[in-house]
Amino acid sequence: MPTSLIQPEFKVEIDYNKCHKCGRCVQQCGWGVYSFNERPFPDDSKCRACHRCVTYCPAHCITIKKNDLALRDNANWSSEQRKNVWRQAETGGVMLTGMGNDKPYLSYFDHLVLDACQVTNPSIDPLREPMELRTYLGRKPDSVGVEPNGEGGFRLKEGGGVSNNIKLNAPIIFAPMSYGSVSLNVHKSLAMAAERLGILMGTGEGGLHADLFPYQDNVIVQVASGRFGVSPDYLRRGAAIEIKVGQGAKPGIGGHLPGEKINKEVSVTRMIPQGTDAISPAPHHDIYSIEDLRQLIYSLKEASGYKPVGVKIACVNNVAAIASGVVRAGADYVYLDGFKGGTGAAPAIIRDHVGIPLEIALAVVDQRLRDEGIRNQASIIAAGSIRSSADMAKAIALGADVVAIGSASLQALGCHLCQGCHTGCCSWGLTTQKPELTRRVDPEWGAERLTNLVNAWSHELQEILGALGVNAVESLRGSRERLRAVGLDAQTCEILGVKPAGL
Amino acid sequence: MAYEPLLDRMPTSRPATMHDDFGLFGERPAYAAEADFKIHGGCGLMGICDESGTLMSGVVAIKAMAVQRDRGNGLGGGFAGYGIYPEFPDHFCFHMMYHDVKAKEEAEEVFDRYFTVDLAEPMPTRPVKGISDAPLLWRYFLVPDPHKLESSEMTAEDFVVHTVMRINSTIDGAFVASSGKNMGAFKGVGFPEEIGHYYLLEEYEGHTWTGHNRFPTNTPGWWGGAHPFTLLDWSIVHNGEISSYGINRRYLEQFGYKCTLGTDTEVATYLFDLLLRRHKLPLELACKALASPLWTEIDRMPEEEQAVMRSLRAVYGPGMLNGPFAIVLGFNGGMLAMNDRIKLRPLVAARQGTRVMVASEESAIREVLDAPDRVWAPKAGEPVVARVEGMEWPIHGDLHLPPNEVSCAVTGVRDSCEIVEVG
Repeated sequence: MPTSLIQPEFKVEIDYNKCHKCGRCVQQCGWGVYSFNERPFPDDSKCRACHRCVTYCPAHCITIKKNDLALRDNANWSSEQRKNVWRQAETGGVMLTGMGNDKPYLSYFDHLVLDACQVTNPSIDPLREPMELRTYLGRKPDSVGVEPNGEGGFRLKEGGGVSNNIKLNAPIIFAPMSYGSVSLNVHKSLAMAAERLGILMGTGEGGLHADLFPYQDNVIVQVASGRFGVSPDYLRRGAAIEIKVGQGAKPGIGGHLPGEKINKEVSVTRMIPQGTDAISPAPHHDIYSIEDLRQLIYSLKEASGYKPVGVKIACVNNVAAIASGVVRAGADYVYLDGFKGGTGAAPAIIRDHVGIPLEIALAVVDQRLRDEGIRNQASIIAAGSIRSSADMAKAIALGADVVAIGSASLQALGCHLCQGCHTGCCSWGLTTQKPELTRRVDPEWGAERLTNLVNAWSHELQEILGALGVNAVESLRGSRERLRAVGLDAQTCEILGVKPAGL
Repeated sequence: MAYEPLLDRMPTSRPATMHDDFGLFGERPAYAAEADFKIHGGCGLMGICDESGTLMSGVVAIKAMAVQRDRGNGLGGGFAGYGIYPEFPDHFCFHMMYHDVKAKEEAEEVFDRYFTVDLAEPMPTRPVKGISDAPLLWRYFLVPDPHKLESSEMTAEDFVVHTVMRINSTIDGAFVASSGKNMGAFKGVGFPEEIGHYYLLEEYEGHTWTGHNRFPTNTPGWWGGAHPFTLLDWSIVHNGEISSYGINRRYLEQFGYKCTLGTDTEVATYLFDLLLRRHKLPLELACKALASPLWTEIDRMPEEEQAVMRSLRAVYGPGMLNGPFAIVLGFNGGMLAMNDRIKLRPLVAARQGTRVMVASEESAIREVLDAPDRVWAPKAGEPVVARVEGMEWPIHGDLHLPPNEVSCAVTGVRDSCEIVEVG
């Protein structure tokens, strides 16, 4: 009997006329595609089209192609559906995958367009005029209280101003990805870039490695259901603390880091034995209701000397009510993770079918918080497939204070979205703990690329603001008047709070 | 001041008494419907304040606007005068516009129920060529009913604000043009000098006047949409396009303000009301919140100021007026004029003795002030303030500044402040 009915997805073609027979591809491939006998021989079935070998081949003689094997057309049973059935019939297991939802759901961002100034108000040239992106993350009071300072001026009354806010030089942060799921060099790259950019990186749920302590002022430390690496010291080190309730790629699902990825360093950082699986429970077992969340928020505040505490939730049906509860429970920010958000590993069926899009969730949460008069009490971080500065600008216009980028930051470091994060074999050295692979990311190189990416998006956001005729990002934030919908139905427009183009 | 030549230019065409009691003028304007559209436009403006409290005839405002005629297109003009009703200084004076008798009856029902109406009369007007389709114009001198006020658990001002919101948003065809004490707004569709003449402004005397000439680009002119916009005794005339309108409006809605007009100016009026009256910010800080200094400037300030400005920007960021504007805010204590944070619209200021004047163009100043002591262009975001001696100053509590000291005492780059000296 055949061991598998599934044929390779890709074909690796080597032009042997050009091949140097150097074996570089063999060495670079983390998936074990190549064997070598005087020349490299690819095993197509192992290829994930990550292009590591293609990038490093000195002769440029490798081509990866889709395997165009024809299956009989069937609009109902896609080839993927058929392959999944075969795969599960072989293994009896849950299908795992990495990165974000790749199904062709409507992208609302792609149906929203931005405004610009013409005649009645001038656009502003960001090359010649100041264009301000600085953003403060955290709870703001309803009003500012001042008193005379006795010298003809004013000073803040006690408690009259903003405290416990984190200054960001741009409304963008690096989304949390745990050490263990990604390598230490990835964490270092993110931390170094965050420090240079004056923004933040999230630790994810895997604790904070000692090598990152110098960057702790630019780090959000996460407390997730597994409580990995959580200690009083850890809580006091972060610039802010984040309670992860849910993740866009897998709402309602816990996490599973296989024992193979728990090496000595990860084990020390996570405070778990080496080689054991790190399993995060689906819920926090001390949060079965909103009042429990409030107690945890204030416990963490007490333990950390009143650092800002945020709550990360996945976008689900009742996200507006949930976010309102989270803010009323005392969160300084709400992190909304949409259903296209990336992940190191998730059951494919959950990733692709559970949760709602970020754009919708963001719109309803921002509006609900305004309706309840508590929008100022917490910042909103929007995440879940922010693919460009345009997505960022649109998210901000819908109401986000800050966007978080995870998939995009991994792509800056080489990720090609091959969806093999859960295997621990990442050829780009990102989602792996194998030393021969992790050393492929030089943190200095990584930090520079991440810095470039964020700077580039910041410049683009400045261009957008200039076209909109405003010179500070707070004038775009929540300004849905500057968005128009193209090709969305009336009800969706109403939910998004955006008029159709032409109105 | 010679007023006759102006009169000569304005022959009459039809009786102003021909109000639309019988629905002669077709469909009522959909006041509320305009809110769904952002109204764009450019404009000219003026403001004058005599800090000694000496009263000036409304003619000064008309003259200043007449020379700026080409800044408007005849689709909106208006004025606000302060100190004009000395016989009713403590009454809230409602200037009302009604499209028909039904709207008037509905609004008067509200007045009768919640206020003591001490005088209700048609607004005095005269027929003027070019002014047509006027709504029913009435004014009322009101005192909140003490029992209703008490049971509402609101201040008289909040009580009035609620009434204004209610009338503008729920009574079809009724619009509150102004609602302050000892002040009033006179506005309509036409060039400002025609509007001023129509309302007989030469018969009013005030210590502070503001005026406006409107150039709307995408809305049919309608009487309620002309400037100034007012709430209580705050009035605003505005030249500009507030590009942050969308978020300003959503921010105000959180505090219960209903933006029914879809104009930038309405939003600016409400923001001043929120910051000054409800959040009790001093005037100079309110200006700094609405036309914030740049972060690079804030970072260079002394620490105490930095903390104030950081908080103002972080908290009032959604209220910041971003985009080109020049604005004149009138109130019972005086007048404030301000530009946007990078000065994208014109604003010129001058002083002659106790008179402080601002206008879009210097020509207006030269028309009114025969020998100004000083004429200058205020810097971006730096307010020019004129304050009437002896009148309540909209700085709360003990925060009175000496009369010769203007705004920006606290923030901004000090040496760039425009100091208005008392003559």
